[in-house]
Amino acid sequence: MKRALTLSSALLLCSALAAPLGATELRATGDLGVIVERATGSVLIIDQSEHAAIGRIEGLGDLSHASLVFSPDERFAYVFGRDGGLSKIDILSQKIVKRILQSGNSIGGAISDDGKLIAVANYEPGGIKIFDADTLDLVADIPAEGKALGLEDAPGRKFVFSVWDTGETRIVDMSGAEPRITTFAHVGEQPYDALVTDDGRTYIAGLFGEDGLAAIDLWDETPEPRRILPHYGRGQEEMPVYKMPHLEGWAKAGDQIVLPAVHHHEVLWIDSRSLEETGRTETYGQPVFAMARPGGRQVWVNFAHPLNDTVQVIDSMTHQIVGEMKPGPAVLHMEFTSRGTEAWVSVRDENKVVIYDTTTLQPIGEIAAESPSGIFFTARAHRLGL
Amino acid sequence: MRPMRSLAALLILAALPAGAGEITAADATRLSHLVEQDCGSCHGLTRKGGLGSPLTREALDGQDRETLATIILDGMPGSAMPPWRPIMTEEEAYWIADYLLEAEK
Repeated sequence: MKRALTLSSALLLCSALAAPLGATELRATGDLGVIVERATGSVLIIDQSEHAAIGRIEGLGDLSHASLVFSPDERFAYVFGRDGGLSKIDILSQKIVKRILQSGNSIGGAISDDGKLIAVANYEPGGIKIFDADTLDLVADIPAEGKALGLEDAPGRKFVFSVWDTGETRIVDMSGAEPRITTFAHVGEQPYDALVTDDGRTYIAGLFGEDGLAAIDLWDETPEPRRILPHYGRGQEEMPVYKMPHLEGWAKAGDQIVLPAVHHHEVLWIDSRSLEETGRTETYGQPVFAMARPGGRQVWVNFAHPLNDTVQVIDSMTHQIVGEMKPGPAVLHMEFTSRGTEAWVSVRDENKVVIYDTTTLQPIGEIAAESPSGIFFTARAHRLGL
Repeated sequence: MRPMRSLAALLILAALPAGAGEITAADATRLSHLVEQDCGSCHGLTRKGGLGSPLTREALDGQDRETLATIILDGMPGSAMPPWRPIMTEEEAYWIADYLLEAEK
C-alpha cells in the first residue's frame, strides 16, 4: 500500500515538473525588473536576487529612448516607445497584454498616483494623451504647439509637462470629471526634461536654451514658476551636448537635490527647500544621469558620448568624487536595488548589464542583454515622479 | 552638376594615399553604429525623428551632402544639434552625410 502511494506521488511530481513553471509556482515581483533592449524592440525581465534574466518580451517597436512605469501591484509595466507605441506587459506571464500606437513619435510617460491613468508625452503630434491603465482606452487628449516632454506625475491625480518649442509648462489635474489645466506660458528657453521631488512638491524643468532651471511649487494654491541657478555657467565656455541630460533620474541626497548641468561638465547641488545652490562638482564629462543611492549617501553619474565609458561616484556630504569605474563602452543607465546595496549599469556596446556592489564599488555580476538602455526595478511603482 | 562633383570627389579620393583621411571598412562600421545608436538618441533608431528632425531618405530628399556635412560638423544654432567637429573629421562627416542620403532605411 505504502509503495503504491509513493509511486503515485512520484508520478504526480513528474507531471508537475513537466508543466510550465508559471502554472504551478507562486512568484512575487518585488525583486524583479525590466531592462530595455533598445535596438531589438524587446525587454528582458530580470530577477535582482538571482542576478539573472528570467525572460524576454519582444515586439515592442522602436525602443530608442524608451522608458516605462509599473502598476501599483508591480505586475504590469507600461512601456513607452519612440514610435508612439504604448505597450502594457505582464512581467509574470511575460506577455504583451495590450499594445497601441498612440502617436507618431513619443518621449516617455507617467502613471497617476492612484495607478489608474497612464499619460504619454508626444513629439508628433505634440502634446500629451492620457489613457485608462486597465484598458489603454483614451481618456483625455491635450494637444500642445510643440514637443511635449518632462512629463511627471504629481499628487492629487495630476500630471505636469513642458513644451520644448514654446517653453511652457502645464499642470493637468485629472481629479474631476474633466481635465483642469493650468498653463505657465513661458518658464524658460527650451525645457528639455523635468523632475518632481519625492514629496511631490517641486517640479523642476531643465533648460537647454539658457542657463538655469525653472521650478514650480505644486503645493502652492496659485503656483508661479521661478528661476533657479540662473547663471550657473557664467564665465564658462559652453560645451557641445552630445546627449541630453536626464532629470527624471533625479537624485535627492539628504536635504540636497543634485542635477546634471547642461553645456558644462559638472553636477549642481541645490538645497531642496530654498532651491539655492549649495555647491558644484566638476565631472569627467557632460553628465546624463545623476542618481542618488537610496538614502542619498552617494550619487552615481554617467556621461554623454564620447565620454560614456565611465561612471563616477560622488560623496553627497563633501561633494568630492570618491570612485570612478569604467564599466565599458556606452554606459546608458544605472538603477539601484531598492535599499541601495547594488547598482545595475547598462553597457550598450558590450551588450551587458554590470552589477556593482555599492560599498566596494566592485563588479559582482553580469547579465547579457542586447544593446541595453533603461533599467527599471519594480520598487519604482511606489515612488512619486518616476 | 552633382554627378560631376561626385566623380571629382571619387577621383580625389582615389588619388589620396591610404590612411590620409580615408574611411576604412572598420571606420564605416564604427560610423554606422554611431548613426544608429548615438544620433539615434535624438533622431530615433529608425531615423523618424525625436527631439532632432527626421533623417529618413524621404525627409532628406533634395538635400546635398555639403549641407548635411556642414550641419554635422558645425551643429544647428538654436536647436539641440551639437557641432561634431571637436570629435569628428570632415571625411567622417561626409561619410555620414552620404550614408544618410544613400542608406536604405
